Amino acid sequence: MSLLEVRNLTTAFQTGRGEITAVEDVSFDLNEGEILGIVGESGSGKSVTALTIMGLLPRPPARVATGSVHFAGENLTNLSDSRMQHIRGPGIAMVFQEPMTSLNPVFTIGDQIMETIAAHERLPQRALFARAVEMLEKVGIASAATRMADYPHQLSGGQRQRVMLAIALVCRPKLLIADEPTTALDVTIQAQILDLLLDLRDEFGMAIMLITHNMGVIAETADRVIVMYAGRIVEEAPVATLFDSPRHPYTRGLLECVPSLITERDRLIAIPGTLPEPIRRPPGCRFAPRCRFAQPDCAAGIPPLLRLAPGHTAACIHIPEQ
Amino acid sequence: MTVLIEATGVSKHYPVETGGMFRRTTTPLRAVDNVSLSVEEGETLGLVGESGCGKSTLGRLLIRLLPATAGNIRFGGTDITALGGQPLRNVRRSMQIVFQDPYGALNPRMTVEDIVMEPLLIHGAKPNADSRAQVSDMLSRVGLPARALERFPHEFSGGQRQRIGIARALILRPRFVVCDEPVSALDVSVQAQIVNLLQDLQAELGLTYLFIAHDLGVVKHISTRVAVMYLGKIVEVAEKRALYAEPRHPYTRGLIASVPVTHPSQRARGRAERQRLEGDIPSALNPPSGCRFHTRCPLVQPICREQEPATREPAAGHLVACHLA
Amino acid sequence: MTAPEEIRQSPFNVTLRRLMHHRLFLLGLGLVSIVAIAALLAPWIAPVDPNKLAMRFKFRPPDGDFIFGTDNFGRSLWSRVIWGARLSMFIGSAVVLINAVCGTAIGAAAGYFRRLDNILMRFNDALMAFPAVLLAIAVTAVLGPSVNDVIIALGIVYTPRTARIVRSSVIVLREMEYVQAAVAAGAGHWRILRRHILPNAMAPLIVQLSFLFAYAVLTEATLSFLGVGAVPPTPTWGNIMAEGRQYMIDAPWIIAIPGVALMITVLGLNLLGDGLRDVLDPRLRIQS
Repeated sequence: MSLLEVRNLTTAFQTGRGEITAVEDVSFDLNEGEILGIVGESGSGKSVTALTIMGLLPRPPARVATGSVHFAGENLTNLSDSRMQHIRGPGIAMVFQEPMTSLNPVFTIGDQIMETIAAHERLPQRALFARAVEMLEKVGIASAATRMADYPHQLSGGQRQRVMLAIALVCRPKLLIADEPTTALDVTIQAQILDLLLDLRDEFGMAIMLITHNMGVIAETADRVIVMYAGRIVEEAPVATLFDSPRHPYTRGLLECVPSLITERDRLIAIPGTLPEPIRRPPGCRFAPRCRFAQPDCAAGIPPLLRLAPGHTAACIHIPEQ
Repeated sequence: MTVLIEATGVSKHYPVETGGMFRRTTTPLRAVDNVSLSVEEGETLGLVGESGCGKSTLGRLLIRLLPATAGNIRFGGTDITALGGQPLRNVRRSMQIVFQDPYGALNPRMTVEDIVMEPLLIHGAKPNADSRAQVSDMLSRVGLPARALERFPHEFSGGQRQRIGIARALILRPRFVVCDEPVSALDVSVQAQIVNLLQDLQAELGLTYLFIAHDLGVVKHISTRVAVMYLGKIVEVAEKRALYAEPRHPYTRGLIASVPVTHPSQRARGRAERQRLEGDIPSALNPPSGCRFHTRCPLVQPICREQEPATREPAAGHLVACHLA
Repeated sequence: MTAPEEIRQSPFNVTLRRLMHHRLFLLGLGLVSIVAIAALLAPWIAPVDPNKLAMRFKFRPPDGDFIFGTDNFGRSLWSRVIWGARLSMFIGSAVVLINAVCGTAIGAAAGYFRRLDNILMRFNDALMAFPAVLLAIAVTAVLGPSVNDVIIALGIVYTPRTARIVRSSVIVLREMEYVQAAVAAGAGHWRILRRHILPNAMAPLIVQLSFLFAYAVLTEATLSFLGVGAVPPTPTWGNIMAEGRQYMIDAPWIIAIPGVALMITVLGLNLLGDGLRDVLDPRLRIQS
């Protein structure tokens, strides 16, 4: 049994123009200690998948239309609010993209870390303080004991993201969901945070679900990768397989369109068009209108995920030759 | 090659009030500090650096969107630093800017036709058939359908809005265009479209670009030469292959080493070999003494803390400001 | 589910469509329309002179002859209230107009030209430091008690508040990149203000003006009630209520009917303003 088992998950939103599905028929497993990368562009459904798992979507307008999320054997989709609060923290923790707005500006970072511990464990003040300082040191904040009294605005963006990691990890979660944790950071700080994530995974042995749009971040960190497009999984593979032999045309496009520091091209290989709006999704394969391998029958029906090799699936009925 | 735009000793200081309620003092924030830079006709000069390094401010100084605190700027051989009124307006025809945020850069209450036509009207054209023809021509050049004309910005995706912003910048047929992070806010699959478009338009219309970005891959792809900025100073400028293959400034090296690997197989080697930069960018309000990079530099020497390094040219066309290079 | 292509998606059309789906806005619009139509049609629906004395009919309660009854001088309350609505609507509109023009001019100047900001806004702050009614009383005391003077007084009282709202939108809009793009294209100050800044500053201004209309109607009634507004026997709601106050026990309708009219007007305007705020507020618009 895996730590996290998501089965046929569909999350729908009620909007002024009817119900839309942000996540559709998504299934995947995540094992202990594993880093699963979820790649997709804005509107692919990757963040909604994470928020559904965390039970953080406002209902209404959101609802889990079908499917289940099992965490350590427990189905999270029909859990009470109070039970879910016990899961969040020691079970699953989350860090967000924007370290500026994720911290409360009127409390010191020490207060915010200690409050998180106190919500789950009864400890004397001195023990709380010691735990918080220890955690700040682990995430690489220098002179942690004195920084406990700092307010968020006194920290740089990178330090804030470190504090967010400290808050997320202080209850030793089994699963950390990191939603674009480095997107708002500069490249030198991004490298520091990614290294830190890997070190913390090795130390705590937690599983990480890393959501990003950046294939480089995936190449640096992930063990296994899921590629999402317009709400659905289009490819899943171990990270080396995905980079060596991507099979879905969208995955290939994503890998090709980013200019690298090593290879040189006269022109970039762009994916034409834009992601369809949820209310205007094309019939059949949603990527077909932008796909250079598309055939007329691509519009016939939503292609199922086909198993190509152990652990490698892709949702394409005309998988191009390498 | 002729120099199209040249900045000499340009600075931009913002007064910032610091201190408590009663003892206020005004400290200059040195967003751009004594920078000299030239862009040659027909080239793309990439300008990279982390947030807050002053790269956007420098771009705006060059096209007189911001007044410089010190230094002078020459465009096509004329000093434009102190121009005002009609002469400045005439120069603006030749220098345009494409912005980062495709949402904030277009007036939500104007149609695409009005947005793209406005620069023509500012420069004396009448909203007649001729102007309209120019607008449609420009829209088709940037890859937008004719029916886009009467639509409003909110009806377009980020990539399409960026095309509208490019059309507005090019309608006056400028010679020099500052591209201020034009693809940073776009989805990766759309970034390549816009980069290709900018390159096509450059070839068609003979444009010169200053391409500001923090993505080193995109900058390497599009640039002829690359300048690296750190805390208001340019630390290295070189032809792009020289800069990426043989970076001479430790900051440039650290920056390149921080770019994620392109294949998971490079991961282990990457972590072991690459020297990543420690620490955060210091505040521009109180920059470090001597070389501004010395607080993060892995090779720091005593002299770096005391003396600001002069810019030297260790190889032809390769400028670097470091005591150790 | 694709939207029909013919519907033009201009920001104005989008706003209008949302307003037409906002129930409380429609209710407010309905209430205000009733008052406004009554005011417009006053010469036809209330042909009896509101100031015509008829002592033999005094203190007639509402009945078949007198829909709203009569007051202590036998004047038709129906006529007085309808003509009062006309005055309230006129004063409200005039104050809103003065505010729209002066408040926008002062606010735009202060927000756009940084040099003017300090002078204009400190003067503004000084005016705003007085309670609205007290300042209005002071101004009418200087100018004199007539409808025009009340309008000027209310204009002076409320313009600083409008100017402040316009100024804060202008400060935000001045930094927008489309404004920078216009500067880069060589546009002058007047063009930037007229084409790029003011049209985008209208949304919060319209919301403010709809609330302001309600305040103006209410403050005018207060001034009349206190005897420092338009002189009696001018049929303003405040005047009618001030006279009816003495006969509250014996002829409660004299004070109640203009009171209800005032309440309907103010409630309608506030609902209207709330609806406009829901639809026009930029913070909510970003999410769509």
